[in-house]
Amino acid sequence: MKPPVRHHIVSARVENKAGVLARVSGLFSRRGFNIYSLAVAPTHDERFSRITIVVDVESAPLEQIVRQLDKLVNVVEIAELAPEEATERELLLATVRAAPADRGQVIALVGVFEGTIVDVGLDAMTVLLAGSPSKIDDFEALIRPFGIVELQRTGRVALPKLARRAARLRAVPSVGGDGAS
Amino acid sequence: MTGAQALIKSLEMEDVEVIFGLPGGAILPVYDPILDSSIRHILVRHEQGAGHMAEGYAHVTGRPGVAMVTSGPGATNIVTPLSDAAMDSIPIVVITGQVATGSIGTDAFQECPITGVTMDVTKHNWLVTDAQDIPRVVAEAFEVATTGRPGPVLVDVPKDVSNAQMDWYWPSSASDLDLPGYHPASEGDPRAVREAAKLILSASRPVIYAGGGILKAHAADELKELAERTGIPVVTTLMARGAFPDSHPLALGMPGMHGNYTAVTAMQRADLLVALGARFDDRVTGKVAAFAPEAKVVHVDVDPAELGKVRQPEVQIAGDARRVIAELLRALEALGSATAELPASSRPDLGPWMAQIRAWQKQFPLAYRQEEGGALKPQYVIETLRDMTPDDTIVVAGVGQHQMWASQYWRFDYPYTWVNSGGAGTMGFAVPASIGAKVGRPGKMVWAIDGDGCFQMTAQEIVTASAERIPVKIAILNNAYLGMVRQWQELFYEERYSEVYLSPDLPDYVKWAEAMGAVGMRVETAEEVEPAIEKANGIDDKPVVVDFRTDAFEKVYPMVPALASNDDIIVGPTYGEGGR
Repeated sequence: MKPPVRHHIVSARVENKAGVLARVSGLFSRRGFNIYSLAVAPTHDERFSRITIVVDVESAPLEQIVRQLDKLVNVVEIAELAPEEATERELLLATVRAAPADRGQVIALVGVFEGTIVDVGLDAMTVLLAGSPSKIDDFEALIRPFGIVELQRTGRVALPKLARRAARLRAVPSVGGDGAS
Repeated sequence: MTGAQALIKSLEMEDVEVIFGLPGGAILPVYDPILDSSIRHILVRHEQGAGHMAEGYAHVTGRPGVAMVTSGPGATNIVTPLSDAAMDSIPIVVITGQVATGSIGTDAFQECPITGVTMDVTKHNWLVTDAQDIPRVVAEAFEVATTGRPGPVLVDVPKDVSNAQMDWYWPSSASDLDLPGYHPASEGDPRAVREAAKLILSASRPVIYAGGGILKAHAADELKELAERTGIPVVTTLMARGAFPDSHPLALGMPGMHGNYTAVTAMQRADLLVALGARFDDRVTGKVAAFAPEAKVVHVDVDPAELGKVRQPEVQIAGDARRVIAELLRALEALGSATAELPASSRPDLGPWMAQIRAWQKQFPLAYRQEEGGALKPQYVIETLRDMTPDDTIVVAGVGQHQMWASQYWRFDYPYTWVNSGGAGTMGFAVPASIGAKVGRPGKMVWAIDGDGCFQMTAQEIVTASAERIPVKIAILNNAYLGMVRQWQELFYEERYSEVYLSPDLPDYVKWAEAMGAVGMRVETAEEVEPAIEKANGIDDKPVVVDFRTDAFEKVYPMVPALASNDDIIVGPTYGEGGR
């Protein structure tokens, strides 16, 4: 599934406390906005977590939501990250049908995408891939014909690009905006 | 010391003088140390009353009101006051009991997840899971309730936490609080302030749009200085009545759906709105796309989320109204004397604008007619009450027609003399809020102006007032209807009256008042109004309820129909309307 066209990334540093996620997500749900993906985990400082929310919403209401989120007592910092100004990564785990005859093709595909095979069964394999969301989308489309038993994506995590790198990368748009892999 | 003792001691440390509350199982441990505390406890008859009393107290004192109730239904009964306080930015601190931590989530007796229920109607709330946290959380609760944009907070305390032992301490400074994400705005951005000053000096039809934020920021003096220094007229919203004296020559009164013609139209024709602590509420703007179409907007609010929420301002300033107005005055002075860029001498003459405003005021005053021997007009009752009470009388209204008439016909010359439920529109607000106001300002006369529908929702708190000897006075404008709904059905539903008739004498308000320990009186004609008010004013040892039987046909005018442009204001009734 492709991410929605109007997707926005909201990145918030919040207190690592009970109920904070409910307060944050509540500001979206009470307006009837669906959260497309959500990733939460503690930062290097255990007192705080970073929440990365991808949401499909017009810019004007989003700005209002971001200001309301900023008012939450538990939200320490919040910013909307424009996709071109963010380094984004996502992780995918998929169990793919891979009977002995197909196994080689699946392994080759995982190799091309620099993924990892993390589990092997009699007629299936579980593969792992981390990368930019568009790379994950491409990989997902290519393995789908083999037959997907189960698939789970983490939702994206993102950090603002560093100023000195952003300037260099803007001159090389073909890299796809992440300059890695 | 137990958590319960620490909780009461923490409230003492916050200089709490009164708690409005009602005990129950989960809050039992906390009620024991109240017996040994200097804090007065007022036992309410319904938890909603405790919440509105805390609000009334906060409205008139500017200090946080405190309410304490038990878990489950006790806690859910106070959700309406929390929502009311959130809409009107009233600082209240609500303490709720909770079932023991081990029982949370088991559907225990009187369990309700109140922090989840109130998440969207509080500025913040806390579930305390360790007795050692109690002093810090109480200090945080008061800090959050009273700073920045004030608002309601809730602290939920499980019974085992109240009973647990803890080592007493008190957070001595802000750095002892754990609020890393809480940074209320204070000073305005100097560049934006300078831009605002330039717009003020170049406007020829400016209006100051003063909201409740003026009162929250204690900025009434600064507002007056700004108006007088610039000569700009001031509208005061429903939440700002009293923030600028109605007797001042620059006062235009209340704007909005039931605002007076001049206030509404001056905003519509303005070329600059200076919005100070106001939030462009739909009851003020009418149809937003048609609101003040030629006006540039300077928007000052302590809450950055209000800036651009409804109307995109030309200049937005996040900051405390009092500080920003003071900065604005300095910036105006600097522009007028220090720079040649836009000297005050080049400022457009406001004379024609003020002349237009005077003409509107003369042509379209608020109007009603009390005919001799005719039905008693509610406006006449309010005007008579206004003229027979001290200038600094505190007026408390419920919600509906009586509220609008009170706001229109009273003359507010002092801040913190008007208490009402603006944003939430909570019927039943007046009786308990007036009790809280009288507790906060015992030296002032407090009159509730209530409707018969509102009165029936919370009248039982008069028992509280009698028992605690809180001599509030309550004028019921009894038109035997849910009057505002009736007005809409008359005007917009072809006089098809659906479920709005209440009866003038069921209940018998005089007997009911007497049964609750108050003095009850009934007034049916205009001649009886003055003697009744005189008698009520003389009673100072118990509550008084006066049942004014008023004309059910009377409607609130002017009126801007819902979703209409403010240009479509209806000034008054057409001849023969309403069955006449």
